[in-house]
Amino acid sequence: MLSTYLDLFLAFFIPNIIGYGGGPAIIPLIEAQVIGQYGWMNAQEFAEVLALGNALPSPIATKMAGYIGYQIAGLPGAGIAVFATVAPSLMLMISALSLLYKFRHSPRVKALSQWVLPVIAALMMILSAKLIHSGSSIGWPHFVILVAVSGLLLERLKCHPTLVIVAGLIYGALFLG
Amino acid sequence: MIPLVHQEVVQRYQWMDDDEFSNTLAIGNTLPGPIATKMAGYIGYKTGGIIGCLLAVIATVVPLVLVMILALTTLNKFKDLPWVAGMAKGVVPVVCWMMIKLTWDFMKKGQVAIGLVYSSVLIGLCLALILLAGINAGIIVATVLVFAALKPVSSKPGKAANP
Repeated sequence: MLSTYLDLFLAFFIPNIIGYGGGPAIIPLIEAQVIGQYGWMNAQEFAEVLALGNALPSPIATKMAGYIGYQIAGLPGAGIAVFATVAPSLMLMISALSLLYKFRHSPRVKALSQWVLPVIAALMMILSAKLIHSGSSIGWPHFVILVAVSGLLLERLKCHPTLVIVAGLIYGALFLG
Repeated sequence: MIPLVHQEVVQRYQWMDDDEFSNTLAIGNTLPGPIATKMAGYIGYKTGGIIGCLLAVIATVVPLVLVMILALTTLNKFKDLPWVAGMAKGVVPVVCWMMIKLTWDFMKKGQVAIGLVYSSVLIGLCLALILLAGINAGIIVATVLVFAALKPVSSKPGKAANP
């Protein structure tokens, strides 16, 4: 059990300590740990977590950590995963505030969040391919319709992501059961 | 999220003024990880010490984590029902679209930030290292971060001298 806790800590500590580039950048980094490194979930399960995570407010990183931690090791697991997500950078911020204050407009810090963007794009590409592979198991006609309608609703009609996720759930309950 | 926090912290409770809030945000952004919890934790610490820090982080994190756990464990519990299994499947294509869109957004942002040539080479290199050489994604990201932090800063020579 202790080694599971340690694994959980590392699985969420690592993505968050290299997590530059904004909120969603963390998604493929968590996936690399949870699916790639530890094999705790498959793509379908990860997609379900992402779906609900995107349908609910507040940061995606802590929601994913809390749920995945719970799945692996119950409530203590959820606590450890959230702690690994939140605590390291927060403690650094509180303890090294005056040092960080000098860096707050530094071009080097800006370079961190800039150069990581293409790397995250590549990781997201790979994750998208995995999700497409898993999602297309419902048959290509259903899959293509759902992807196209999601795109239309989100980008053209500017629907809220929560509504589109709910629409996917309803479509699934009616036609994919 | 940040504008909402600003409204509560600066306008409603007046724990900080505008300048202090934007400095805290800038300092938070020098560190990795989610910004919302860094802001909550720091403002909580400043206003109410360790207890304040813990309470602010708990308030930010716990409610939605509980909703996630409840909703997903319920879903998993009833997965034997065909229509529940259908719901789980129906949501994957929606997530596929969201990830494709995010991929596209990050490609565009990367291109704007460091230029088409560098960003394309970096994407190609990452794909090759991960898919062909099986290198761990975390190691690649960490390497790029170290490179970005150490590379000479060309623009604004005045600031470049200041490490």
